Amino acid sequence: MRPTLKRFLLYGSLLVAAAALLLPFYWMIVSSLKRSNDVFTIPIKWWPDTLVWQNYLDIWQKSDMTTWLRNTLFLSVMVTLLQVLTGSFAAYGFSKVRFPGRDLLFLSYVGTIAVPWQSYMIPQFILMSQFHLTNTLWSIVALQAFGAFGVFLMKQYYESIPEELSEAARIDGLSEYGIWRRIMLPLSLPAVASLSLLTFVNTWNDYLGPLIYLRDPSIRTIQLGLRRFIDAYNAEYALIMTGSVLSVLPIALIFMLGQRYFVEGVATAGLKG
Amino acid sequence: MTTMVEAPAPAPDRRGGPARRRRSRLLWRNTVAGWSFILPNFIGFAVLTMVPVGVLFYIAFTKWNVFRRTATWTGAKNFIQMWNDSLFWTSMWNTVYYTIFHIPMTMVAALGLALLLNSKLRGVAFFRTAAFFPYITSIVALTYVWNLLFSPEYGPINAFLRLVGIDDPPGWTVSADWSMPAVILVGTWREMGYYMLIYLAGLQTIPSQLYEAAKVDGASAWQRFWHVTIPGLRHTTFLVSVLLTIGSFKVFDLILLLTNGGPGQSTLVVSQYIYRKGFEENEFGYASAISIVLFAVCFLVTIIQYRVNKRGTA
Repeated sequence: MRPTLKRFLLYGSLLVAAAALLLPFYWMIVSSLKRSNDVFTIPIKWWPDTLVWQNYLDIWQKSDMTTWLRNTLFLSVMVTLLQVLTGSFAAYGFSKVRFPGRDLLFLSYVGTIAVPWQSYMIPQFILMSQFHLTNTLWSIVALQAFGAFGVFLMKQYYESIPEELSEAARIDGLSEYGIWRRIMLPLSLPAVASLSLLTFVNTWNDYLGPLIYLRDPSIRTIQLGLRRFIDAYNAEYALIMTGSVLSVLPIALIFMLGQRYFVEGVATAGLKG
Repeated sequence: MTTMVEAPAPAPDRRGGPARRRRSRLLWRNTVAGWSFILPNFIGFAVLTMVPVGVLFYIAFTKWNVFRRTATWTGAKNFIQMWNDSLFWTSMWNTVYYTIFHIPMTMVAALGLALLLNSKLRGVAFFRTAAFFPYITSIVALTYVWNLLFSPEYGPINAFLRLVGIDDPPGWTVSADWSMPAVILVGTWREMGYYMLIYLAGLQTIPSQLYEAAKVDGASAWQRFWHVTIPGLRHTTFLVSVLLTIGSFKVFDLILLLTNGGPGQSTLVVSQYIYRKGFEENEFGYASAISIVLFAVCFLVTIIQYRVNKRGTA
């Protein structure tokens, strides 16, 4: 009797927690399939009488969704490529090549962990405007692509690869770049996957960077565009919900497919402490 | 520093034996290779992170002219202004308010979820996905949904509260007293899945033999939690608390989008005040001075937590 009761309680709390976590999403999706006037009703309608798919057609006309998606996709792909490439490259230098000053250099990376971006966003903006990068998509690429996070994550993984492997390759006459390209990169594909997914999602969701740097409507990202859309059409609840669903959908898909790598990425980054 | 000593420095050996020469050539080759690997990332990192952090400490002592893009040295003037700026203190207090509640709530929720998921139940994999989902979805969409959920007259949350007999439910994001609790609630909801994953990874490092030994010794579930789980999670808890503290002190987009600092100044936090002064009022110098305070707080907290953690393990 007692073990069953315990199981019952466990499942009960699991269910309650799942509901609390997912109800806002459910409400978002259901509202996007209603008419705007039907979003708030008393009592709450948990399922609309008729599904209004029209919102999913209207949104493309009423907003610049296509432009926003294109810009965001460009940024996410570009940043991810650069972050993975420079991050894994640097991580190889930090974990597999010995040279004087290396650890001091790495310390300068570690030292910035505790520094929040919010505290240096102003000098960074001044610098970017000196380079004439503000109000271009490249400002966001520059902002996101060279983070220390990728270096940490990849270094962590490279250190788990036995030293003998690269040593043997060296004896066989492979250059350091060859070792990185032919041994380390293929072996570290799980870490590359984790880093790619986390970076992609981060860039896709970033709101503050675009808010500060992107002024021109033609270079707005999905987050910035959606926010402006909310301000412009604040009574069109259903349509805004549709936009919200569309902004979340690609991330949801990516997450479902690469769940394992997300979890591993967070765990590895977490355990470095 | 220590590496400089460890590395085989080219000794002033004039005869230069062949072995020595080979070693110094190897050292040279490694240095070139090492730097070439690190440079692509390092250049970007140095220019866009390290230099701005350095420049911050200069701009904070200047008055920035937006039109001529020049800085004039004003000494400690910005800091004196800050000391007398009641809005700065409001933002500081609000940030502390957020931090004090957000940290323990998120920790307890995350650890609770992790323990729940560490047990052998069906559907655990699905649940892990669900818990992490709020963290990876767009904050613009999320805050909009929550704002509607919170809406005092017709929102589902207050409808539910009336249903269970609370006749006068709070005004949430439109009430000065309840806006901060609302923000904390959403912040905790959004982040607990992330910290849950870190806790989950930590739980997996505790050897199961410890639990079995405790069981044999007759320890109750509560005792096992208190004497095996909690000590076993010391490092994880340390990491989580550092991440959460910095995360709470720099809280920004959540508040910008959920309440925009209001109503009144009831949810104005330090990061947002920096943004207002800097990007809305073009007071780069003054905003940088406030940034230094944010920087210093995060730095100090990390050092304190690091010290405490070290003493704990010794």
